[in-house]
Amino acid sequence: MRKTFEYEIQQLKDNILTLGSMAEQALLDSVDALKHRDIPRSQEIYDNDDLINAKRFEVENAVMVAIATQQPMAHDLRLLASILDIAGELERMGDYAKGIAKINIIMGEQKLLKPLVDLPLMAEKTVDMLHRALTAFIEEDLNAAKSIPTEDDVVDALYTQIYQELITYVIADPTGIERSNWLLWAAHNLERVGDRVTNICERTVFIATGELDQTDTSN
Amino acid sequence: MTENNINSYAIEAKDLNLYYGETLAVRDVNIQIEKQKITAMIGPSGCGKSTVLRAFNRMNDLIPSAHANGSVLYHGKNIYEEDVDPVEVRRRIGMVFQKPNPFPKSIYDNVAWGAQINGYTGNMDDLVEESLRGAALWNEVKDNLDKSGLSLSGGQQQRLCIARTIAVKPDIILMDEPASALDPIATLKIEDLMQELAKDFTIIVVTHNMQQAARVSNFTAFFNLGEDYAGVLEEYGVTAEIFTNPKKKTTEDYITGRFG
Repeated sequence: MRKTFEYEIQQLKDNILTLGSMAEQALLDSVDALKHRDIPRSQEIYDNDDLINAKRFEVENAVMVAIATQQPMAHDLRLLASILDIAGELERMGDYAKGIAKINIIMGEQKLLKPLVDLPLMAEKTVDMLHRALTAFIEEDLNAAKSIPTEDDVVDALYTQIYQELITYVIADPTGIERSNWLLWAAHNLERVGDRVTNICERTVFIATGELDQTDTSN
Repeated sequence: MTENNINSYAIEAKDLNLYYGETLAVRDVNIQIEKQKITAMIGPSGCGKSTVLRAFNRMNDLIPSAHANGSVLYHGKNIYEEDVDPVEVRRRIGMVFQKPNPFPKSIYDNVAWGAQINGYTGNMDDLVEESLRGAALWNEVKDNLDKSGLSLSGGQQQRLCIARTIAVKPDIILMDEPASALDPIATLKIEDLMQELAKDFTIIVVTHNMQQAARVSNFTAFFNLGEDYAGVLEEYGVTAEIFTNPKKKTTEDYITGRFG
């Protein structure tokens, strides 16, 4: 029954995965380009954010058409509303990658304050969480959707570690304050990715159960 | 207007005016129907959508006072020209009605009958099976082909009527409120079937059920009453557009239930 609608839903899920891959790649690449001070690559990531934005609008439009034409109810309605939300989260993650790319561009010829170690770790961790969050969304895996947000503590701990380390650098040499700030911005962007992964997991729980609970990750 | 780049149409109305006696029922319809797509015609009661539908296979000829001017082009030929046989038109452009109307005969005969009178010489058993399969009814009736068509449920009867229609191998199937007498589940079955049928046939469906038009069709034509109470084609376009971003305020008011 309702083959057209089923097909539309499948297409939307596929598109969320595509959008997710675009965001994942942009995040990993942006940190890698920063680490290697590869400005042309950062410029490319910066420019390609338009593609992520366009994909988000494409998903939004398809959801609106599905709501207008297919009269979704119950689980279908929760799914479509959540897809709108998740597309927005992924698009913002793309913006974070763009922000990190911009930091590398702004830094220009200046050297990194310190070699990047924790920042790539943070990127790997958040992207790994994102990937599993999207898998949980597709499979409506309630257990995974509930457990992934607890891993945000690891991201927050890395952020705190980076913050404290950068403070010590600045105390030792206040002229490094700007270069320190740049790295802190990059870390902050990745910390926000972790929070948005949590939002995606909350939506997955909502789709499966109809309950919209805020997962507390504020510590 | 086109979903894809299609440049020939299944059927096309040009400057079509339809009258009942002296009364102009529908004014100046210009519409091009895409091949192997589902086009829905929606609009308030009395806007002339069923009249236009029946004009596509000269079913209005059966109403004594009804007449048409303008043209309905089918394979480039105006079906209202004098040398056109309306019976042949109706074989090529079939129709399914609001109320399922099987003949008081067996399921088998209901399907075979149209083909028989059209002089079909092939294997009748095969044709009946193929048509019933095409109408998604075969599995439910294959062991009871000699039972009366009237013994079936409403939804099954409607699918039997669809099997009867496709047995004569039409190009176009006109459907006038095909699911309005059916419950929601039977309705969704008919809608799924319509989408299957659109792989082989062009379908034009009149429906009061706007949500059905939205669910099932590729294109939507919105008819409305003009100031002189003659129906007019107000807006015609891709269904997804009509239901998310209609160009005219009257269309918007109708689909959002703010009419009048």
